[in-house]
Amino acid sequence: MINKPANIQLDEHGRLKHFLSIEGLSREIINQILDTAAGFAGVNDKAIKKVPLLRGKTVANLFFETSTRTRTTFELAAKRLSADVLNINMNTSSTSKGETLLDTLRNLEAMQCDMFVVRHQDSGAAHFIAENVAPHVNIINAGDGRHSHPTQAMLDMFTIRHFKGDFEKLRIAIVGDISHSRVARSQVHALSTLGAREIRLVSPKTLLPAEMASFGVEVFHDFDAALDGVDVIIMLRLQKERMRGALLPSADEYYARYGLTTERLALAADDAIVMHPGPTNRGVEIEGIVADGHRSVILQQVTFGIAVRMAVMSIAISATEQSSARSSHS
Amino acid sequence: MKTIDSDTVHGWIKEMAQQLRSHLGDALANSVMVGIHTGGVKVAKELHQELQLDNPLGELNISFYRDDFSRIGLHPTVGASQLPNAVEDQVVILVDDVIYSGRTIRAAMNELFDFGRPRKIILAALIERKGHELPIRADVIGRNMDLQACEYIKLQQPDMSLLVTAKPDTEGAR
Repeated sequence: MINKPANIQLDEHGRLKHFLSIEGLSREIINQILDTAAGFAGVNDKAIKKVPLLRGKTVANLFFETSTRTRTTFELAAKRLSADVLNINMNTSSTSKGETLLDTLRNLEAMQCDMFVVRHQDSGAAHFIAENVAPHVNIINAGDGRHSHPTQAMLDMFTIRHFKGDFEKLRIAIVGDISHSRVARSQVHALSTLGAREIRLVSPKTLLPAEMASFGVEVFHDFDAALDGVDVIIMLRLQKERMRGALLPSADEYYARYGLTTERLALAADDAIVMHPGPTNRGVEIEGIVADGHRSVILQQVTFGIAVRMAVMSIAISATEQSSARSSHS
Repeated sequence: MKTIDSDTVHGWIKEMAQQLRSHLGDALANSVMVGIHTGGVKVAKELHQELQLDNPLGELNISFYRDDFSRIGLHPTVGASQLPNAVEDQVVILVDDVIYSGRTIRAAMNELFDFGRPRKIILAALIERKGHELPIRADVIGRNMDLQACEYIKLQQPDMSLLVTAKPDTEGAR
């Protein structure tokens, strides 16, 4: 599967119909998602954490790759919008791509599902499904291969805006395994669309793809130098298999050069915040005391993730509802 | 086009305050006032000041509760509701600028109950238009109005005058 043009995400009126990647979305749509999420954040503080917006809709979580946190927050988001939720663990070994996947989609459409939340180990999987799905179904990408993880990037933007405000004043460092990270890719697209003052990518040479330099980012291999004046530090999870793949010498050496320790944090701006998409590898990319410290907003990211996913789901379904209302009136 | 000037509107709001005093008596002092975003909040602010209520004013944004989501979509600038005071077992004065079909009030009551179970809800509206579609009526009213279906009434901000115009050709106007 290859990456398809991003405009499949928009309907004929330019409304967000599928949420597949940050790439190709205007600042206006990104801000619409953030503003709507701010409204939903209040819902999560109420005695009854529910609004009736998607009552009668059915959301199917199609997770070809396991992820407890992402699936759980999507499930909670859908439930707080009063949708019914199906969790389908797509066993990769039994689901080969192509016909079998399309068969599964046809069956779920026949059950009148309204939205598929798709997580897949292959880049472009959500695009492929969006291209092949019935017109009334919305697709949300919950992570595809190395390509994109747009709702994670949006909850990161929401977190940054909540704590730090105007993107045009902010220096942001993204640190770690950039080359295998769909999160980093989506964050870079979102931050540059939102006009962040400076985006610094910090990584060993072996974990930084050459093409990233073309996104208007600054590349650093020296973490200490990259931290100077930084307002937001986003740490990425280092996957253990990267060690085995000979891309890195050892976990200890990685931690020594790229781990976020208390001493290193002191090099950033005094009020810098620390973010991480989770789950954290303590002692590999981040010191436990930093992950739990008062500058860390890692758990707030999880909380905001629910409101952001509520926003994306309701905006996408709203586009389809308006289209079908218009066609039934005419 | 017809305008009702702000002095007249302020006068009606003073009358509403007087009606609330006689309606609620001693219960007024501990009541919780909640305005419906956006016009209702403006009226509620004046009422709240006029009555010198102790409990802070609440604001309801009912966009997530409307029954016409599928027709008009999600309002792009929805803000969160703010209820600084618990509504559980309280007398709540729900305030809106114009009551017409009753759908906004139904949505507002649905949302209120998600914050708690009020002991009593009093509905106060600056204008009650003829044409309700639900069995919902205001307890306290500034003025009743019988407008044509093609007419649209809106509270102007910040000056608080009322403007009656031909209904704009968009769905969602109430």
